[in-house]
Amino acid sequence: MPILAQAAEAAGGSSAELVVFIIVGALSLGSAVSMVMMRNAVHGALMLVVNFFTIAVFYAVNEAQFLATVQIIVYAGAIMVLFLFVIMLLGVDRQDDPTRRDNVRGVKPAAIVFGLVLFTALAVGVAGPYLGTQSACPSPAAAEGAVTDRAACRGLAEANEQGNTEGVGALLFTRYVWPFEVISVLLVIAAIGAMVLGRREEDPADLVDAVAGDTTTEVDSAPTQAEPALIGKGNPAPSSSPTEEDA
Amino acid sequence: MVVPAGYYLLLAAGLFTIGLVGLMVRRSIIVMFMCVELMLNSVNLTLVAFSRIHGQLDGQVLSFFVMAVAAAEVTVGLALIVNLFRLKASTDADAIDRLRS
Repeated sequence: MPILAQAAEAAGGSSAELVVFIIVGALSLGSAVSMVMMRNAVHGALMLVVNFFTIAVFYAVNEAQFLATVQIIVYAGAIMVLFLFVIMLLGVDRQDDPTRRDNVRGVKPAAIVFGLVLFTALAVGVAGPYLGTQSACPSPAAAEGAVTDRAACRGLAEANEQGNTEGVGALLFTRYVWPFEVISVLLVIAAIGAMVLGRREEDPADLVDAVAGDTTTEVDSAPTQAEPALIGKGNPAPSSSPTEEDA
Repeated sequence: MVVPAGYYLLLAAGLFTIGLVGLMVRRSIIVMFMCVELMLNSVNLTLVAFSRIHGQLDGQVLSFFVMAVAAAEVTVGLALIVNLFRLKASTDADAIDRLRS
């Protein structure tokens, strides 16, 4: 079996992974940087969509086909549509003023220095032990014999034997069934919370105004002048809108 | 030529750093929120890479949970942003200073 694995590697089975990594990785980093740099929030959101797609490609390469699909459906499909919807609803796509000064001086250089330090720490601490060629993961096609020789990266061929979705589902409904239920409760709470937060404050005065407005027009069109108390009651309402009140 | 698993971890670290720097540098709440999404995604990529390194699917299940939490967070967060915009007519993070003396 190792001979088979070596043959598959010699045939270029895993150099394809390197090509995919270089091209998609460059695209991923570039789209992330331009998402941060974009003046216009809509363009930034579109760059983020590109970035989500590249990450879905990496999931697929890393033998997580189920997650790659979920990534595209949930992130690129649902979450980014929500983002774009809110950006366009608020109409804030031209608002980030580049000339205005920061409240805290020197945030940008400090952020960049801090980012470099953090990246170095992560690269050395997290990625460092796995950078050698001995920790290259066996490609799924040639994995059967290679699993044991390469202790640094086992690969998912064994775990994905029944299929990736089946494997994830089996874990999700056995070992992780309790977190799964908690997540479902969390999603219900989030949906309710979004509804509560998104609800416009119904000012009772507005309702009175609307009703009174209707009746006044009716009353005005009627030949006989009806009780003026009703019209007077509706008058003070229109001045109270939440924006003016809080500004 | 093969790809060591550490390359994916390096890439995820880079994405996380970009997200964090963007979060600190940008002032628009929406862009800051998108940077948080980027950071969550980079952590997911790390989980998936480690799942492959250890040959177990637990990392992928955890990454699935992170996605669900991110979806819930986006829902509530965007509702909060809409409310803030109604209050201040701006999405600048510096405009929200109601607690300042």
